[in-house]
Amino acid sequence: MAVSSSLYLPFEKPIYELEAQLSELEANSNGKGVTDEVRKMRRDLDNLVRKVYENLSAWQTVQVARHQARPQSSDYIELIFEEFFELHGDRAIGDDKAIVTGFAKLGDYRVLVVGHQKGKNTQERSERFFGCAHPEGYRKALEKMKLAEKYGLPVICMIDTPGAYPGIGAEQRGQSLMIANNLLEMSRLKTPIICTVIGEGCSGGALGIGIGDRVCMLQFAYYSVISPEGCSGILWKEGDSHKEEAAEAMKLTSKDLYRLGVIDDVVEEPLGGAHRDHRTAAWNLKSVWLRYLREISHLSGEELVDQRYSKFRRMGVFEEASAGGTT
Amino acid sequence: MNQESLETGDKSSGNQRRPKRGVPEGLFLRCPGCGATLYKKDVERNQNVCPECDHHFYISARDRITHLVDSDSFEEWFDNLRSVDPLAFVDRKSYKDRLVDERKRTKLNEAIVCGRAFVRGRPFVAAITDSAFSMGSMGSVVGEKLVRSIEKATELRLPLVIISASGGGARMQEGILSLMQMAKVSAALAKYDDAGGLYVSVLTNPTMGGVAASFASLGDITLAEPKALIGFAGPRTIWATVRLELPKGFQTSEFLLAHGFVDRIVHRRSLRDELANIFDYCRLKPKPSK
Ligand SMILES: [Zn+2]
Repeated sequence: MAVSSSLYLPFEKPIYELEAQLSELEANSNGKGVTDEVRKMRRDLDNLVRKVYENLSAWQTVQVARHQARPQSSDYIELIFEEFFELHGDRAIGDDKAIVTGFAKLGDYRVLVVGHQKGKNTQERSERFFGCAHPEGYRKALEKMKLAEKYGLPVICMIDTPGAYPGIGAEQRGQSLMIANNLLEMSRLKTPIICTVIGEGCSGGALGIGIGDRVCMLQFAYYSVISPEGCSGILWKEGDSHKEEAAEAMKLTSKDLYRLGVIDDVVEEPLGGAHRDHRTAAWNLKSVWLRYLREISHLSGEELVDQRYSKFRRMGVFEEASAGGTT
Repeated sequence: MNQESLETGDKSSGNQRRPKRGVPEGLFLRCPGCGATLYKKDVERNQNVCPECDHHFYISARDRITHLVDSDSFEEWFDNLRSVDPLAFVDRKSYKDRLVDERKRTKLNEAIVCGRAFVRGRPFVAAITDSAFSMGSMGSVVGEKLVRSIEKATELRLPLVIISASGGGARMQEGILSLMQMAKVSAALAKYDDAGGLYVSVLTNPTMGGVAASFASLGDITLAEPKALIGFAGPRTIWATVRLELPKGFQTSEFLLAHGFVDRIVHRRSLRDELANIFDYCRLKPKPSK
């Protein structure tokens, strides 16, 4: 996928420079077939991309997760599902465009899709609040998930948000309650739930559609209790000047979360990140979702809820001193 | 997630690293509510509430228990759980050192105290967060103690009261594991609810971020102390996003009451009577004998 030069991440610069050289070389060798020189440069390019992406720092991973050309829920909906039948509105306040919901077909399965949508251009981004949902977004998601439960449809959630919207109206309409309520209700929803962090998984705004029987992350997505900038501001007290250290310290990459037992799988991204090849990213995601559906769609509602409870019940790391003892 | 609201107090002796509001050292203190100079002993005798204007100062979890429950009725649970440092987290200070300091400063093992108690002869399970310990933030231990308390309440068929005081929300130093505590505790509350439990959530100053966005908002009945700061995002974050003047009284208990998110605003001294009354109205059904 061609990425316009304004979208380079700083550490991607050598990749795009080599890519430009390669296309020049390919253009010049027109008619002569693929020369040895072109072959070598293609190999070099592959190696360079691999090297850069194998060694991303936590902060660089956050940058990739936020990449403007990174596929969003709408891209995966288009590339993965045979049909998308959108459903709007939360039945109380309005239709929050930061979260899209609707029926969709995935192979032989009929499912409900719930996904944050950040928007692709300035206008869409402002309509969708950059994927930052209001209370009505969380209520909309829950209303549709209950509908899915009623008709036995599995739910697939795509998480991609910098956080729930921090605004006056959001507080007036119960941001805390709506997120909390989703955590509670999703934990006892008697239908399969699959959650995937596709880009940014930031704070309660991500978790608000993140309680599932299977939880996975795309390789270069991040999932965190707070944004690195927010963490820097609070713990280092110097604005966002320590965001890189904060990103590192919070252990927010897919590899970290897998190691911490918070996610079930890391879904591999194409070489150089999903933004360089939407189709392959979508294909990888689809095969993991289909595997999950095969694993859990035959379970009863009670079995699902029991297993889901145990899954989250185990989370956390602490020590148990001998009774009455102190440290 | 949110550590802007700093009205946590510190009554412990020893060095203070940063100035804290609340009930400070010394014989006298100035009330931020009415400006009166108050004799500290009078305030303490009044459950850390200003006798002149009813301003609710910080109160430690242990002092609150003393005032709230029938004398000597509190049986503490799970105090043997200790936070560890799963991420080897270091900011300006290591999380390990922070934990040691917080324990020393607050004389608490963690930011929550749990157990069984009685009010006016009625038994219940109590979980009380203390905003002095790491801003009352929720890490793995707070989450685990809450879940064990909720499971105990489910098993014993007792009402559950959680008193929240957390400016910190989810504890950043435990990263994603803190976020997952929100899920874990909410899931336990769902089971308790399915079993017919009664959960009274009491919101005190401050209740923010991940604590507000999980158990604190999930009560069957929600009470709040007067003029507490309660919300999801901190006022500064909101201001930085919307660049609009925030409405008067924004994110206070009274604001939440007006917008329909709180059942009653309760003076600290009335809490025990109100709880007893609620327990009498909402009696748990006996366990179905299956
Ligand atoms: Zn006063």
